[in-house]
This record gives sequence, C-alpha cells and structure tokens, in this order.
Amino acid sequence: MAQVNLEGIIKVYPNGHQAVETTNFNIQDGEFVVLVGPSGCGKSTLLRMIAGLEDITEGTLKIGNRVVNDVDPADRDIAMVFQNYALYPHMTVRKNIGYGLKNRGMPAAEIDAKVQDAAKMLNLTEYLDRKPAQLSGGQRQRVAMGRAVVRDPALFLFDEPLSNLDAKLRNQMRIEIKALQRRLGTTAVYVTHDQVEAMTMADRIIVLSEGRIEQIGTPSEIYHNPASIFVASFMGAPPMNLIEAQADQGQVRINGYDGLMPAPKSVIGPVTLGIRPEDIELDSRGSVPFRVDILEELGAHRLLHGAVGGQPFTVMVGKDHSARIGETHITLKPDALRLFDVETGKVL
Amino acid sequence: MKRAGFDNIWLPVALLLPQLMIIAIFFYWPAAWALQSSFFLQDPFGFGSTFVGADNYTSLLGNNQYKRIAWFTIVFSVLVTFFSLAIALLLAVKADKVIRGAKTYRTLLMWVYAIAPPVAGFLGILFFDQSTGPMTKFFQSFGWDFKLGVDYNATATAMVIAAVWKQIPVNFIFFLSGLQSIPRSVREAAMIDNRSATGRFWQVTFPLLAPTAFFLLIINITYALFDTFGIIDALMKGEPGNNPMTLVYKVYLDGFRGNDLGGSSAQSVVLMVLVLVLTVFQFRLVERRIHYT
Repeated sequence: MAQVNLEGIIKVYPNGHQAVETTNFNIQDGEFVVLVGPSGCGKSTLLRMIAGLEDITEGTLKIGNRVVNDVDPADRDIAMVFQNYALYPHMTVRKNIGYGLKNRGMPAAEIDAKVQDAAKMLNLTEYLDRKPAQLSGGQRQRVAMGRAVVRDPALFLFDEPLSNLDAKLRNQMRIEIKALQRRLGTTAVYVTHDQVEAMTMADRIIVLSEGRIEQIGTPSEIYHNPASIFVASFMGAPPMNLIEAQADQGQVRINGYDGLMPAPKSVIGPVTLGIRPEDIELDSRGSVPFRVDILEELGAHRLLHGAVGGQPFTVMVGKDHSARIGETHITLKPDALRLFDVETGKVL
Repeated sequence: MKRAGFDNIWLPVALLLPQLMIIAIFFYWPAAWALQSSFFLQDPFGFGSTFVGADNYTSLLGNNQYKRIAWFTIVFSVLVTFFSLAIALLLAVKADKVIRGAKTYRTLLMWVYAIAPPVAGFLGILFFDQSTGPMTKFFQSFGWDFKLGVDYNATATAMVIAAVWKQIPVNFIFFLSGLQSIPRSVREAAMIDNRSATGRFWQVTFPLLAPTAFFLLIINITYALFDTFGIIDALMKGEPGNNPMTLVYKVYLDGFRGNDLGGSSAQSVVLMVLVLVLTVFQFRLVERRIHYT
C-alpha cells in the first residue's frame, strides 16, 4: 500500500508529440483514482509512465515516497491489468498467476498456497490447469486480476480492463473490482474512456483532455460542478446542456429567447449556460418555451430532445411524467445553472 | 447435423485428380522407380540390368567412405541448422528493438535471401580463395593454413559458413515476423512480472516463438540435407577428391558421374527413409511441446 505522487510529469515522444503536459497530482494511500478522457488524451500514457513501460521525459514520480523514475517495472511493486488481459498463452492459469511470484524467488509451496487463495477469491479454482485459450472473456479477465492480486503489490494499475467484455459482464466486473480493491485496501489507478465506469468506481476522478488535467474531484463534484465545458460535456449521459446566453449583472438571457433568469454569478457579456437534463422540469406554466422534437423512452425515465431558443436542448423526465412531441414550457432549477467562459471554457 | 456433400463420387474424384496426378507422376513414380532400380545392377552403357537383391544396400553398409560421408552429413546438418537458426534469432531479436531506420536495417539483412545457391557457392570461393580470400586470410591469422578444396577440414568449414550465411535471411524474416506477432501487452506484462530480460526471453518470448522455430527447424534440416547441393558443388569445384560431401551429393556423384544407377538408387532410398524417420520424430516429439495460439 502506498501513495503516489506525480510532480511536474511531462511526456514528449521522440517524434516531438507531447502526449502529457506538466502534470501534478497526488493519490492517497488506499485511494481508487480513475483517469478518464477521450482517446488520445494521455491517460494511458500517464498510467504507462507510472508502470514504468514508458520513460518519463520530465518530472518526478514517487510511489510510496520512493522516486521510481529510473526503477524497472518489476521493481516498482506494482501490478497491472491490461485491456486485452495480456495473459501468457502458453502457460496454465496456475502458472500465469504464479509467474510473478516465481520470479521473485518465492518458494514453490508458498506460491501454490497464494495462487490457491487468489483463485478461490476469484472463483477460478476449477480452471487452474486450463490455458487462457480455453477460458471465456470474463474468466480471462479474472485471471488477469488474479495475477495482480496474488502479488499483493503497493499499487494496482488498470488499463481499460473491462472494455473487451460485453455490457452485462462489464457491470458485474465493475462491482467485483471495486469490492476487491476495497477489501484489499490497495491503492489503484484505473484508466477508462467510459464515464460510467469512472463515476461508479472512483473515489476521485481525474478528467484529462489533450494531455492536460481538466479537473480532479470526487464523482459528485465532477458531475455537479464541472470545471470546464469539456468536463460538462464529457461526463454524464446525456451530457449537460450547453447553450449560448448573455449575462448582465446577476441576470442571464438565453440567446433566441428574451426571458431573463437569475444568474449564479454576476458577470457581463456572452457566456455558455450549462444545466443537467435532470435539473429541468416540464411545466406548462413555466417561463421558458421548449419544443420537443424526439422522445426517447428509457423505461425508468424519458429523454426529450428538442430546442430552446433555437439551440439543441435535452430534458430528462421521470417515467410518470406525460410528455408529447410539440411545444411546451420548462423551468430551470436556478441553483443548478452553471456559467462557463465562452473563450476559455472554464467555469465562471 | 446436415453435412454438405457430393451426390456422386465422380465429381470429387475429378476435382482431386489433377493434384493426385501431380503427386503420382512427380513423387510416387520416381520413388517407386528408385526403389525398384536399387535392387538391380545397371549396365553402365544402358544395355540391361541384373537383379542383385539387396547387394546394393549391403555394399553401402560395408562401405567406409559411405559411412564417412553419412557422418559428415549429420555433422554438417546439425551445424548449419544450429548456427543459421541461432544467428538469425539473435539478429531478429536485435532488429525487433531497432526503432530508427528499422526498415532499411531489415531490408539489408534480407538481401542475401535473393542470392541463388550456386552464386552463394561462387561468392564462397571468392571469400575463401587461396591467395586473395579475406576469410582465408582471417583463418591464416590464427595460424591455420587454410586450403579450400585441398584440406578436408578447410573445405568443410567453408561449406558450413557459406550454407549458414545463405540461410540466415530466410530464418531472420520468419523470426522477425514471429516476434512482431507477439502482443506488446504480453511482453509488457512480463516486464512487470520478471526483471530479468534473459528470463523473459526464454520463458515468455521464445515459447510464443516456438511454432515459428519448429517450422524453421524442419525447413533448415531439409535445407542442410538437400538444398546445399549448389554450394557444395561450387566449393569443391567439381573435384570430389578428398573433399567432404553430403549424402545427396554422393547420390548425384555415383549416379551421374559414376554411372552406378543401382547404387545411387539405393542411396536415394536410404535418404527417403531418413527423411521419413526425421519427420515422424519431429512431429511426434518436438511438436507436442509447442503451444499454438
């Protein structure tokens, strides 16, 4: 168990591409941190630098207060779970799980006991003598987990471990991984592009875009108080509504609609107004006219896609709400309104 | 379960016939003919032949020169196979790590592949030339009076070197593509599990390369036994004398230069049996330990 410190970490590839700009963050002991962002945002590069699979161009990386910039991956006391599992195809499950222990000079009897324990924990006992090719995707994923768990490392690294599984299995494994990490209390860094995984698994989320950290925070902070337009539009399905508006001394007016609303901040000039689809109420006496174009039935709730003031807008209503295509009115919850700078995209 | 099939027997037979005919005419017929003629003593001028039973075989077994050539063939094949595989593997592993100019580097290593065996033999002659050959000078610097075509060991060494040199690019190409087909993440997982690069190579990389290596092993043994004919012929400059040769070369020598078709056929049959035994051995013993993904 250990904390992880990244101090001024930079990654520039030999071809000049800067994958990660100056990055600072600390991960607490036992914390589950998720790095999330679209492909090419540098999240995998960051993880691979922590693992030691990529060189660190600049900066200091500490795992458990030890600078590990130049330490071999095998000596960093980490275990990694890869996207395609990266099992050794020629070894049985037993050997796959025990390989890292064997190379660390552990006596065979002890390895066997540890492998048995890990297999039991992951329901793999009856598959110990099979080869990876004879296992299903979910079982392979478990073997990859077993290989990480058995080592009892200071730090778990997960590189999109669930993206090769089908949706049902993914939900199940998500809970299992989270529960396992809780039980073992091992610090974990988890990379994903799936914002649902990030929200459900993380103690803290780090949102990345184009090699930069956009925001660090708990899932709730990230969701309700996004630091930028990027975070607001990346996190949440459907994403936050973002419409152009004019702010003027405590008031804000949506472009294309003349009504005034109280603004959360006193600013002047063009802004981007953000509000989550579930923070809007359908209200025939409401102040803002809303035209519903498409109705998406999701069972537990419905999504109404349409326009406010000519700008695309989505409203989420409960399953008990009657909704029809056509003109209606809405009310925006005032305390759910967020204003963003048009130029920088940062929250105001 | 429903199986797709033919309504009558003639269509599949007709479809198979061209292939079967090629095999029959070019493989089984000559083999049967060789087997038959190995029991006869042919008149050197082609006027007839006498049945001599197993005489051709018994005289082979009692022939010390034949034993010596068989021994040389074994040593030659083992050395050529081992060195051409080992050096190619080393080069492939190194080339796999090259990042800058990788393509140029690889192309350079593959060039030799395009050289025909007799040309390789001829280049060998240049390199091992008595007065100007750089390899001759190299060996002489160690105090070895290297005489190609005169000294048995010198000629044998030259043959092994030329044969290995010629075969390395083929092996290199296969090993390199084999290495590149190993998933990167598997190697990275090994980096986290094992700090020793040598350990990683032998425990993870090489087992995953084993199907390629096994295929190359067969190809290389076949090459050393049969396809080195051109190199051997060129290096001994048509003068067998005291020079080393392989069994295949001896078949040619006795059959076409010595006009002993019966004896030559008997040797061919021995070679066929040898190949059969080798193949069975390879598939029974070696392949069983290989993991195919």
